[in-house]
Amino acid sequence: MSTTIKYEPRELKVVGTRPIRHDGVDKVTGRARYGADFDLPGQLIGKVLRSPHAHARIRSIDVSAALALPGVKAVVTRDDFAEMPEEYAAAGEIVVNFYDVTRNVMAREKALYDGHAVAAVAATSEAIAKQALKLIKVDYEVLPHVIDVLEAMKPDAPVLHEHQYTQLVTPKPDKPSNVAKRLEFKRGDVEAGFRQADLVVEREFNTKPVHQGYIEPQACLASYSEDGQADLWTSTQGHFVFRAQCAKLLQMEVSKIRVMPTEIGGGFGGKNTVYCEPVAIALSRKAHRPVKIVMTRDEVFRATGPTSGANVRVKMGCTRDGRIIAAEAVLNYQAGAFAGSSVSPASMSAFTRYDVDHVHVVAHDVTVNRPKVAAYRAPGAPIVAFGVESVIDEMAKKLGIDPIDFRLKNAAREGTQSYYGPKLGSIGFIETLQAAKAHPNYRVPLGPNQGRGVATGFWFNAGNETSCALNINEDGTVSLVLGVVDVAGGLRTALAMIVAEELGIDVDKVRPSHSDTTELGFNFVTAGSRGTFAGGMACVVAARDAIEKLRQRAAKIREVPVDAVEWKDGRAQPIQGSAHRFAPMTLAEIAKVAGKTGGTIAGHAEINAQGAGPGFATQIVDVEVDRETGLVKVLRYTIAQDVGKAIHPAYVEGQLQGGVVQGIGWALNEEYVYGKDGRLQNPGFLDYRVPVASDVPFVDAVIVEVPNPNHPYGVRGCGEVSIIAPMAAIANAVESAIGIRICEQPLSPPRVLAAIEEAAATRKA
Amino acid sequence: MARIVLSGNLAAVTGGETEIALEVGNVRQLFQALAEHYPGLPENFAEDLAVAIDGEIYQDALLEPIRNDSEVILFPKIAGG
Repeated sequence: MSTTIKYEPRELKVVGTRPIRHDGVDKVTGRARYGADFDLPGQLIGKVLRSPHAHARIRSIDVSAALALPGVKAVVTRDDFAEMPEEYAAAGEIVVNFYDVTRNVMAREKALYDGHAVAAVAATSEAIAKQALKLIKVDYEVLPHVIDVLEAMKPDAPVLHEHQYTQLVTPKPDKPSNVAKRLEFKRGDVEAGFRQADLVVEREFNTKPVHQGYIEPQACLASYSEDGQADLWTSTQGHFVFRAQCAKLLQMEVSKIRVMPTEIGGGFGGKNTVYCEPVAIALSRKAHRPVKIVMTRDEVFRATGPTSGANVRVKMGCTRDGRIIAAEAVLNYQAGAFAGSSVSPASMSAFTRYDVDHVHVVAHDVTVNRPKVAAYRAPGAPIVAFGVESVIDEMAKKLGIDPIDFRLKNAAREGTQSYYGPKLGSIGFIETLQAAKAHPNYRVPLGPNQGRGVATGFWFNAGNETSCALNINEDGTVSLVLGVVDVAGGLRTALAMIVAEELGIDVDKVRPSHSDTTELGFNFVTAGSRGTFAGGMACVVAARDAIEKLRQRAAKIREVPVDAVEWKDGRAQPIQGSAHRFAPMTLAEIAKVAGKTGGTIAGHAEINAQGAGPGFATQIVDVEVDRETGLVKVLRYTIAQDVGKAIHPAYVEGQLQGGVVQGIGWALNEEYVYGKDGRLQNPGFLDYRVPVASDVPFVDAVIVEVPNPNHPYGVRGCGEVSIIAPMAAIANAVESAIGIRICEQPLSPPRVLAAIEEAAATRKA
Repeated sequence: MARIVLSGNLAAVTGGETEIALEVGNVRQLFQALAEHYPGLPENFAEDLAVAIDGEIYQDALLEPIRNDSEVILFPKIAGG
């Protein structure tokens, strides 16, 4: 059923506290088992041969020599994966097309990027598997490639897909194109708006693809049995979605595949879709032995989804007192080798923080010879926010208006009409701006070469299919079986807290654990910041289901009508005003006799959660720029974010801080670097530099709570908004520090130094 | 009849129309009616759409009721990372 449970303010005993996480001890002692930690007797090691070319037709693949190598038990190529029709299914933010997924898992007609899987081997050891890869002969016809998004949009660019014609344009194109889709959103008359404006600022921004940078590479273990059933252990954000994708790609019935989600060492959107899993099952099917594949960091960079690189043009006009009248943007996003970037949500998030009468956004989804992009925390939004928030900063500075005051003048609020469709419901954007402005960090005096930047972020958040079960054990403890994957942010404890709050028991009486795919109904991936929102709603439904059964059981035991019984403070007791008096029964007392009074008691939920509440954040950053090296040092960072309700405030703070840190990396260091040959030059953490502890200051996280009216505890998603603003905030701070606006990401030392030297040369001239 | 507002990017295949009045009882009937009314819509158009019915946003909710006086806004579906 579609489910929305309205918010009801209430006195809380567990929600809002900070208990120790249920998975904490396992994580800090090394007991927790991740994808690579699972083994089966007789297992083989799988390795994947990858294309060294950015774009090449595959004429033939000869695996005979590899198969003849002692220890090699199976080899798979495109011939082992069925052709798929154009069929779409959601996988996080990005809707996947199975015609493309099967080609991404294993190249068919062409290799479309450096690192594209071409064949895979299962052998008795990793060394033999690697040796076998060298014996596979692939006959490539190397084709011209295109890496840059603007180059790919040119009419004479090498075309990746001869069958791809730009969708949603009229007249229908008669030539294939790398532009897979054109999107357009309009509100009002943007040209008339610009004519009314006293100040118009227009800038162009370019960003590089960046990787989600999860510490744990993709890893899985597959075991296919002779009766056509398969078990799969994998590090995933959604084991039910992985089961569905594997079943489709391998033409198996869904029930024949059982997926066990392992602990996950980060995903951030990158583990919403399959890579090595169908390959491992296909190898196991051929070899009749379990097959384990652990991707190397090099493979993760070359073959799993980064986010888009993009070209974005932003033009905004405002009155001299700082009221934004018109806003226009053109977004050109790389999709990687297959259509389906995050440009759609990006184009809808571009200006949604502000109440603007005249808006025009055009967006293009563009295929290039890079790995297919995957979702990454608020997919696409940080890129366009870099442009929009930089332009707003420039307008505020030119008008001499405080950047937070400028945003307050224009901030969206409940009832603001969005340009992409619906009016905004209850939101807390203004509250985040006010919280940021009131923070002491906003008034810390700055020194030479230091600057302060402000930027904001918005994300929609999501609900979707969710199920869970809670079993009341005979001693009154509760086993909570979850279908949403805890992607390491503390979700299982937050959901256990909600169950404890509902049942009126201590949180340490609830033990949460993940289901495998045979234990519960379908669950969507943990994406769209939906874990605590949708998972929490499911837990409320399941807990209330159990409470109803507990009331009924207590009524039977005490021989009173059910409507004489209420559940309060963890026990069944006479409802106030009822004529029926009886001795209350605690949950433990009911559980103890449950077996002899009708059987065990459990609660279930199978819902499609609706009513996700949008999230907003305001961020302040202080930086210092070294004019001799171009190094940007982050001095202090503050984020104020509306989370609706923080179930476990420490985990919410962790989400806010984690997103900011990833955003700092995106802003200052991270980028995919390609050579002229179309090969990735920096597929490792030495050359692709993510922030480490010494790079970032303590991030002050201010939790703002404007309840989401469509959640029983007021929860909004909180995992994505935090990454949206850092790129813009840091660029704005750098501009404040050195007076130079940099519109290219990353703001790495060479780029900042070059900007400083160019500005100096211009001044001299 | 319900007032149906189409998001901007669909206008390219609806002949520029962004609003239509339809008598439909739920979201599934709405998608069926749109497919009949606008043959140029891509085959998978409904997979990619969310709806706001009288201000409440729904995704993958084919049986959600639509009243005759409802305002329904269609726009691209959202999830995230």
